[in-house]
Amino acid sequence: MALRPVAEKWLEARVNETDLAGLEIERSDSNQLVIRLSGVWRLHHGMPTANRLKPQLISSPRPSHVTVEASRLRAWDSSLVNFLAGLTRICNAHQILLDRASLPEGLNRLVELATSAPELKEPRATTTETLLTRAGRTVLARLEGFATYVDFVGLVALALGNALRGRARFRKIDLLEVLQASGADALGIVTLISYLVGIIMAFMGAVQLQQFGAAIYVADLVAIATVREMGAMMTGVIMSGRTGAAFAAQLGSMKVTQEIDALATMGISPIEFLVVPRVLGLVLMMPLLCLYADFVGILGGATVGVTMLGLTLNSYMQQTIGAIWVSSLVGGLVKSVAYGVLIAIAGCYQGFECGQSSSAVGEAATAAVVNGIVMIVVACGLFAVIFNLLGF
Amino acid sequence: MRPSPGSTESIAPEIEVRGLTMAFGPRIIMRDLNFTVARHEIFIVMGSSGCGKSTLLRHLVGLEEPVAGEILFRGEGFTRADSATRENIIRRFGVLYQSSALWSSMTLAENVGLPLAQFTDLSPAEIREIASLKLALVGLGGFEDYYPSEISGGMQKRAGVARAIALDPEILFFDEPTAGLDPTASRLLDDLILELRDSLGATIVVVTHELASIFAIGDNCIFLDRETRSIGARGHPKELLGQTDNPRVREFLTRGSTRAAADGGL
Repeated sequence: MALRPVAEKWLEARVNETDLAGLEIERSDSNQLVIRLSGVWRLHHGMPTANRLKPQLISSPRPSHVTVEASRLRAWDSSLVNFLAGLTRICNAHQILLDRASLPEGLNRLVELATSAPELKEPRATTTETLLTRAGRTVLARLEGFATYVDFVGLVALALGNALRGRARFRKIDLLEVLQASGADALGIVTLISYLVGIIMAFMGAVQLQQFGAAIYVADLVAIATVREMGAMMTGVIMSGRTGAAFAAQLGSMKVTQEIDALATMGISPIEFLVVPRVLGLVLMMPLLCLYADFVGILGGATVGVTMLGLTLNSYMQQTIGAIWVSSLVGGLVKSVAYGVLIAIAGCYQGFECGQSSSAVGEAATAAVVNGIVMIVVACGLFAVIFNLLGF
Repeated sequence: MRPSPGSTESIAPEIEVRGLTMAFGPRIIMRDLNFTVARHEIFIVMGSSGCGKSTLLRHLVGLEEPVAGEILFRGEGFTRADSATRENIIRRFGVLYQSSALWSSMTLAENVGLPLAQFTDLSPAEIREIASLKLALVGLGGFEDYYPSEISGGMQKRAGVARAIALDPEILFFDEPTAGLDPTASRLLDDLILELRDSLGATIVVVTHELASIFAIGDNCIFLDRETRSIGARGHPKELLGQTDNPRVREFLTRGSTRAAADGGL
């Protein structure tokens, strides 16, 4: 019988919650099955599923009628709805008549809603592809991604050309903000990392060189490694994680909120307005940061030399100055400029290619950092070959 | 820009869409759309959620490339035009996006002033003055130095309108202008749209599924039918209500109450 909602509530309030859900199955004759529900059906008491009854429903002789009887049912929640929905589906699939007339009206309505035909006519394709197909798709997607990346680089190059001729449309204040964020604001972390890397290199070198009584050459080792490679590379890695990710997140969220579209339909090129100040800002700051990182790294080496190897600061610095060639210094700075271009473009590209959700912004930031660092390492290798050929 | 009376330009409709097919990869959104938007009318693009209304708008303003067909503005081809022509046509647009799309790092005055700074030779003081004027026109006088995150959604929409009309555009595109606004704010925005048409003499294209707005401001409309991926009906919205024989259009315009009546429920 149907209970009025108010009455049902009143009844529930007085239900003894220990009166657990009950389910009895009774076969009155060969083609008639009665399911008796009783007690309190609560999710936290466990969830009986209709599949457990399946063997009895479809075993021969198969019943043609199933009646659900609920006179001793005290209270129910989704656990019973789920059970009955499952039962209804099994009965529909096997052409068994199901009589739910004795159930409360509200319960029956929920079961009907749960088992009615889905609105979606073409369900999302969930075909399982073979490994080969998936590999092929991935490769094609990567190639396509590479093509759009090359396209983007070309557009940025054109926009930078316009900027150098003073024709690009961007706000000077944006450039100043990028200079601030990727220059002065980054000094702290660059100091910390470069100093520690200097200490580590000096320490590693000292252990070996002391065996030959050549401790003073720690200064040469730290100076050459820092100026030629580590200064530029560590600055690049730091700026990729700091600024490249920030570029991707800023532009990505601007994409999500259609701010980039708004620029485009205003007749303002988003590449000129957003990418040019970011690339210019980072490229201007990278060599300065690199020079600073070189200096701090050498200081780190000197700390080890003076405190552990008993060298004087004066002799350590003399040795360092003797070890640094101008060509090494220039080579390091050239690399830092190249890393700056790679990081800024990777960050902006990921931001522009960002999808339409907040999680896509996170993915874009991650991809910007990963791509930035990968490109730095690849570029570093290329530079090694080129400098070697040039005799630097 | 304004054509002299009697020239061939003045006969051409403001916007003409010929055989437009839109698709994302292999998935076709709408095929072979044909319609024209007359000058100074408020043209409504309606349809149920996800039918491609906003995608159509993105095609009209050139953010997406159609798979087939072309779009003409005053008889001038836009779709495959060279970048200089496109830029000239785009300069006549004003667009209000669904999410307002105000530049979040700039104040309202800077948002409205940016297009002026980019495309005119006005001094910063003059730009500020025009920006204040445009903000006052949409009822936001005094909010010049607020950032978009500091004002309500309805005010953001209106600030978006102020930015869209910064350069006195000839065609205004509105993407779901009243979505997410309370009835009073929606009504205010509808009034603003009517006011803009009458005062600026602009042609206005509105993408919406808000029935109240459709009936209040629409001069002409098309209904995009998700099932057939084509235009399900076209005409004046109020006349359409009485005439259409397309059940989905009728259902849309009556909030599905015909079906409910047939079911005998609610």
